[in-house]
Amino acid sequence: MTNAMELYQMLPKTNCKKCGKTSCMAFAVALMAHELTPEDCPPLKEEPKYKENYEKISGLFKPSEGATETGLIVHEDLCFGCGNCVVACPPNVANDPYGVGSGNAPTNPNKLVLTVEDGVVKAQNLGECRRFGKNKILCNGCIVTCPVEAIEFV
Amino acid sequence: MEKNYYVCTGCGMLCDDIEVEAEKNIVNKVYTACRVGVAHMKEGTDNAVFRVGDKPVDEATAVSEAVAILKNAKNPLIFGLGTSSNEAQKLAIELAKKTSATLDDPSSFRLGSLVEALLQNRFKTCTLDDVRNKADVTIYWGTNPSDSHPRHLSKHSYFPRGKEKQRGWEEERTAIAIDVRKSHTAKICGNYFFEIPPGGDAEFIDALIAALSGKLPKTSYNFPPKRILELANILKGAKFGVVFVGLGLVYSLENLEPLFRLMDALNEKANFHLIPMVGYSNTRGFNENLFEETGYVNSVKFEDGAVKHGPEYSIVESLKAKTVDAALIIGYDPFSSLPRSIAKNLLEIPVISLNPFETLTSRNAKVYINTAVGGVESGGTATRMDGVKVDFKPVVETKRLSDEAVLKKIMEAL
Ligand code: SF4
Ligand code: SF4
Ligand code: SF4
Ligand code: SF4
Repeated sequence: MTNAMELYQMLPKTNCKKCGKTSCMAFAVALMAHELTPEDCPPLKEEPKYKENYEKISGLFKPSEGATETGLIVHEDLCFGCGNCVVACPPNVANDPYGVGSGNAPTNPNKLVLTVEDGVVKAQNLGECRRFGKNKILCNGCIVTCPVEAIEFV
Repeated sequence: MEKNYYVCTGCGMLCDDIEVEAEKNIVNKVYTACRVGVAHMKEGTDNAVFRVGDKPVDEATAVSEAVAILKNAKNPLIFGLGTSSNEAQKLAIELAKKTSATLDDPSSFRLGSLVEALLQNRFKTCTLDDVRNKADVTIYWGTNPSDSHPRHLSKHSYFPRGKEKQRGWEEERTAIAIDVRKSHTAKICGNYFFEIPPGGDAEFIDALIAALSGKLPKTSYNFPPKRILELANILKGAKFGVVFVGLGLVYSLENLEPLFRLMDALNEKANFHLIPMVGYSNTRGFNENLFEETGYVNSVKFEDGAVKHGPEYSIVESLKAKTVDAALIIGYDPFSSLPRSIAKNLLEIPVISLNPFETLTSRNAKVYINTAVGGVESGGTATRMDGVKVDFKPVVETKRLSDEAVLKKIMEAL
């Protein structure tokens, strides 16, 4: 993965503020945090001379296969669906307190990060994961509660 | 939107929040169940098999052959029923009375003594829902629910928020494992894992009782007294404590006396409940149904309207002594779980096997009736490990008969 500096190097570096940020560097930081997307910089998106960089940056941020946006990997062969991680995951509890937060089936899986399907945990809605976004923290709820180390962050 | 939940009968937890996608009588997807539960939910098959000797027969022939065996027997053994519905179990009790049978279930070599003591009110107990709503200290003793009852910690005993436990497991709950090895459950308990040597449970109990009353805890295996005192301190502070007792503890004790003493000592200082870690979906049901009828939870013999009870009426002892002259084995495979030297005596008597699956027992049976998988292909009620009654309904249809239906037919024909 890249860092903000590398992203900055690929931006127009004009600090035109059209993205709503005060500088291209601030925009790069916002990109890193998944707060904004490459499309939010109008010059980058529209001007032909930035085409190559736009595609490159977009490529970096295209939603990746599976659960790699936050680096979360489920070792499906190890997981046996105990649901510990599902019930312990803080955003799961906040978004579905009486469903998964209380140990039960999800009442509304739409905003849940972890659910169990066919006996194996499934990661989705990673935007809700605490390791993601502007205020990200090194949450390890799903790691310490797993008896078999089936969840890992890379 | 009202959800259509099923009950998983994969273990004694009877999880009641399972969603299933099925098409053309085949279960494609199962939500929220653990891997064990998913495998169980997908076990259904459409075909029914009836066999007498090696020959496939029709239902009526199989039933009448079973009836003939039971009629000819002086002391048939009826055994199994751990995964049968309460309704089927009650019929089996009736059948046992009618045929003067010896009636037993796997609890006679598992947790039967513990459940019996519980039904005699010798322990304070509570439901798993109480555990979720109130428990602040849980002890897993000689049990590893992470493997045997995979959703135990997540659905009830450790991780979920409950009515009086809103702040979560990190702040409001302490989970303790006492076991002879670092199981998956022990791993979750982290620093609160107490590893004792095999057979060291009774001594550990005495040391803990000593520590609870402020005495120096001693064990012959030199368990660090400081750690036992630490443990005692946590337990003393429990507002709602639960001890989950597994086979590891029961097998290690000669009798339940140490456990009675421990629970009394805990309840002098704090508030503690005991829940047996019953394995099969409805073993607790069998124990309760038989207890209601006879005052015993297993190992009984009916004779002329009277009931006798004792270890000699357990499957192990009655096969060993060859006192039974036929056997009706329901949902169980003694060949895979009893010592060969005992199970082999089944080869000398006519056996009727009722089982959804081919097993060594069914292959060696005189009559084999391939029954429906309870909770997947047939419905009824079962009793959860904590004594709560749970209704379950079938997920898919099948031509196979439920245990209940087969027992009913046998009863009618007798
Ligand atoms: S819109 Fe693009 S070029 Fe303008 S400040 Fe933002 S990032 Fe820089
Ligand atoms: S890291 Fe935290 S928020 Fe993210 S999935 Fe795991 S428990 Fe949930
Ligand atoms: S990832 Fe681990 S904690 Fe989560 S369901 Fe699977 S085995 Fe359980
Ligand atoms: S814990 Fe037991 S009852 Fe619950 S889903 Fe798993 S096998 Fe089924």
